Amino acid sequence: MNSLILRTAAPFIVTVMVLFSLAVLLRGHNHPGGGFIGGLIAAAAVAVYGMSHGEAAVRRLLRVDALAWAGIGLLLALASGLVSAVTDDPFLTGHWLPWNLFGTPGLFDIGVYLIVFGALSAILLALEDGEGEA
Amino acid sequence: MTLDFDAFAILLLLAPFFAALLAPLVAHELGRAAGWVLAIVPAGQVVALYTLLGGVAAGRPATFGIDWVPALDLRLSFYIDGLSLTFALLIAGIGAAIVVYSGAYLAGHPHRGRFMAILLLFMGAMEGLVLSDSIVSLFTFWELTAVTSFLLIGFEHERMAARRAATQALVITGLGGLSLLAGGVLLHLISGTWQISAVASSPTLRQSGWAYPWILGFIVVAAFTKSAQIPFHVWLPNAMEAPTPVSAYLHSATMVQAGVYLLARLSPLLAGTPAWMITLSVFGGATLLWGALIALRQTDLKRMLAHTTVASLGLLTLLLGIGGPQAALAVAAYFVAHALYKGGLFLVVGTLEHGTGTRDLAALGGLRDHMTISFIAAALGALSMFGVPPLLGYLAKEAMFAGASLATPATIVAGAVLVIGNALLGGVALAILIRPFMGALKPTPLPPHEGPLALWIGPVLFGLAGLGVVFAVGAYGETIVGPIASAIAGGKVDPHLGYTVSLASLPFGLSVLTWGLGILAYWQLDRIRAGLIAVERYFTWTADRSFDWLMFGVIRFAGVLTRTLQHGRLELYLVAIFAAVALTLLAPAVMLHLGPAMPALAPLRPQEWGAIALAIAGLAAVVLAPTRLGAIVALGVQGLALGLIFIFLGAPDLGFTQLVIEVLSVVILALVMTRLNLGVRDPRPLEDWLRDGSLALICGGALAVILLRVVESAFDDRLGRFFIENSVVLAHGHNIVNVILVDFRGLDTLGEISVVLTAGIAALALLRRKEPEVPR
Repeated sequence: MNSLILRTAAPFIVTVMVLFSLAVLLRGHNHPGGGFIGGLIAAAAVAVYGMSHGEAAVRRLLRVDALAWAGIGLLLALASGLVSAVTDDPFLTGHWLPWNLFGTPGLFDIGVYLIVFGALSAILLALEDGEGEA
Repeated sequence: MTLDFDAFAILLLLAPFFAALLAPLVAHELGRAAGWVLAIVPAGQVVALYTLLGGVAAGRPATFGIDWVPALDLRLSFYIDGLSLTFALLIAGIGAAIVVYSGAYLAGHPHRGRFMAILLLFMGAMEGLVLSDSIVSLFTFWELTAVTSFLLIGFEHERMAARRAATQALVITGLGGLSLLAGGVLLHLISGTWQISAVASSPTLRQSGWAYPWILGFIVVAAFTKSAQIPFHVWLPNAMEAPTPVSAYLHSATMVQAGVYLLARLSPLLAGTPAWMITLSVFGGATLLWGALIALRQTDLKRMLAHTTVASLGLLTLLLGIGGPQAALAVAAYFVAHALYKGGLFLVVGTLEHGTGTRDLAALGGLRDHMTISFIAAALGALSMFGVPPLLGYLAKEAMFAGASLATPATIVAGAVLVIGNALLGGVALAILIRPFMGALKPTPLPPHEGPLALWIGPVLFGLAGLGVVFAVGAYGETIVGPIASAIAGGKVDPHLGYTVSLASLPFGLSVLTWGLGILAYWQLDRIRAGLIAVERYFTWTADRSFDWLMFGVIRFAGVLTRTLQHGRLELYLVAIFAAVALTLLAPAVMLHLGPAMPALAPLRPQEWGAIALAIAGLAAVVLAPTRLGAIVALGVQGLALGLIFIFLGAPDLGFTQLVIEVLSVVILALVMTRLNLGVRDPRPLEDWLRDGSLALICGGALAVILLRVVESAFDDRLGRFFIENSVVLAHGHNIVNVILVDFRGLDTLGEISVVLTAGIAALALLRRKEPEVPR
C-alpha cells in the first residue's frame, strides 16, 4: 500500500502496538488482558507494518521465521508444565517464585502469546507476500 | 516373593523377543553356528515348561501375572493348563529345531539375521498367544503372530508372488483378528472379566441369550480365518511362498493351530449347542475333504503338504464340533501327532530341495540310498500320517474312531467323512514316502546329497518322538493327551490310549477300511489327479481369484467414493459442512421437542440498544453490499458491535479479544481476496444464492433456538464459585479468566495453542503452494 502518511506513521504506531501488547500480556494475570489478546495485538502490528513497508521488512525485523516464534512459544508452554516433573507434581502444576512475583503460569502465558503472534504473523506475511506479485 | 517369581516367569516367556533383538548380531558374528546358539533360547524354554508337566497333569494349572493397566482391570496374566502347556511345548520344541534348521538352510543368505529375528519374534508371539489368560493379551499376541507371519511369508519380498501371499495372509487373518477383538470385548461385557480361565467357567453366557450367537460367530470367524477353514483357506497354500522352515513352523503346530487353539480353549464355554456343532462340523468336514482332495492333485511337494495341513485343520475343527470327551481325546492326540509328523515332513521336503534342487514329485525318485537319513525321517513322519502302529498317528486315529457310532445319521456322516478324509491323507502320505525315495533314481538339477546335521536333526528327532511313544504310551496319555482333553471338555477326561484292540469292534473296522482306502488312493493317484485336473477346467472360479476380485473391488469402491466425496469444489464442501451443521443443530431440537419458551427480556440500557442496532445494520450491509470488500468490512462492523455488547455485559476480556479478532479478520479476509484474485463482485446465480441463504438462515436460527433453550435451564454455578474463591488463593491472580486459561485449565489451553500452531502451518502450506499461472 503506497500511502506516505501510513509509511511515516507506521513505525510509531507499530512500536506503540507492540509495547501495548507486551503490557497487556504482563498485566493479564490481575487485570483484563493476557497472552492470547496480547499475541493478537502484536499480530495486528505485524499486519500494519507489513502493509506499510512490505513483508520483507517485517521478516527482517522478526529475525527468525514467524512460525519459529510460534514453535518457541509451544516449547515454552511445555517447559513451564515440565517444571512440575522436578517436584513430582502433576503436569502443569503452578510453581511460584518467592512473594508470588512470577510463576510458571506466567511463562505459560508468554508461550501462548508467542504462538498466537507467530502463527497469525506467518499467515499474514504469506498473504501479503502474494499481494505484491498479484 | 510371588511377584518376583511372576516377573521371572514372564521374562522367561518373553525370552524369544530378547533373543530376536540379538539375532542379527549373532547371525553376523557366528556364521554357521548362529542357529545352534539361538536355539538355546527355545530349548531352555522347553526345559522350563517341562518342569511344569507333572503338576499340570495332576490338575494343578500354573498361573502367574503382573498388573498391566490396573485402572482398566488389565493384567498381563498367564495360565498354564494341559492344553496351553502342550501347545507351548511343541511351539518351543519345534521352534528350536526350526531355528537350527534355518541357520543351515539360509546359510550365506544376506538377510539370515533378519529372518531369524522375525522367526524368534513369531515364536514369542505364539507362546504368548497360547499361554495368555487375558483376552486382551491373547488378542495382542494374536495380532503379533499375524504381523510377524506376514513378514515371514513375504521374506523373499523381491518376488511378486511372495508379496501377494503375505498380503493375502495378513488381510484374511487380520479380518479374523478384528473378529476376535469384537468377540472378546463382547465376552468381557457379558462376563465382566478379562480372564479367560474365569470366563470359561462362568455360566452367565448361555443364560444371557442374545449374546451367545454373536460371540460364537465372532470367535468362529476368528478361528476359521487363522486356521484356514473354507472359505478362508486360500492364504495357507499360498503361504508356501515362504522359505521352507517357515512353512514347516507355521503349518505344523503354530500359526494355523492358533484358531484350533482358540476353539479348544473356549470350548467349555461355547461348545455343545446345535449352532456350535453344526457350524464346526460342516465347515470342518468340508475343509477336510476339500484339502485332502486338492492335496492329491498337487505335484509340488510343499503345496501338497500345505493342502494336507488345510485338511488336518478341518479334521480338528470337525472333531471339536462333534464334542464330548472322546472327541477331545482325539483332538489332543491328533494335534500332537500332526505337529510332529507335519513339521518333520516339511523339513524333509526342504532338505530334498536343498539336496536335489527340486521339490517336484514327478522329478524325484530313488533317493533312498543317497539321502538315507532324510528317508528314515520321512518314513517315520509319513507312516505316522498314514496311521501305522505303533506311531503317534495311529493312536490319534484310534482315538478318533473310538468315538464313532452308527447311532444317528449325523454320526454316520461324521464317521464317513473321517474315514474318507483320513484315507485321502493316507494316500498323500504314501505318495510323499514312496515317490521321491523308491524306484529308479531320476536325474535332478543338483547331484543328490544328504544335508548337514542341522538339516536332518529336526525331522529325525520329530520322527523318533513319534516312535518313542511306544515305550511310554501310558505316561503319554496321562501327562499330555489326558490334560489337553480335560481342558477342552471342561472336566476330567480319562485317557485310555493303548495298543490293545478287539478285532471285531467298529473302530478297528474303520481303521482297516481307512488303510485300505488310503492304499487305493495312492494306487490310483495319477488317475485321481488327472480327474481333478479335468474338473478344474470347468471350475475356473477359485476362492483365490475371488480374493483378488474382492480386493480390487474394495480399491475400486474406494476410488469411486473418493472421487464422489472429494470433488475439489470448495463451495460444495462448504455446503456439505454447513448442511451437516444444520442437521446436527436441528435434529435433536426437533426430535426431543426442545422448543424454548419466549424469553423474558430484561430491560436494555440505551447503549445496549445502540450496539444491537449497530450489529443489525452491519448484518444488513453484509447481505446487501454490492462489493465483496464492502461485505467484509460490514462483517467487521457487526463483529465490533458484538464486542461492545460483551463489554457492556461485564466481560472486558471477551470484548477486548473480540474487537482485535474482528480487526484481524477484516485484514486477513481482505488479503485473501486480493491473494486469490477474486473479482470485486460476487457473481452467484440465483439458485446458489437461495441455497446458501437458506442454509445460513437455518444454521443461525437453529443455533439461536438452542442457545435460548440452554439459557432457560437452571445455571449450575459451582464451578464458577470455585474459580472465584480460589483464583487468588491457589493461583495468585485476580483476573479469573486468565487464571482459568493459564492455570486451572492449562492443559486445555496447551491443546488449543497446539491447534493454533498446526492451523498456522497448514495455512502456510496451502498459501505457499505453487500454482500454475492462469492466463487472464
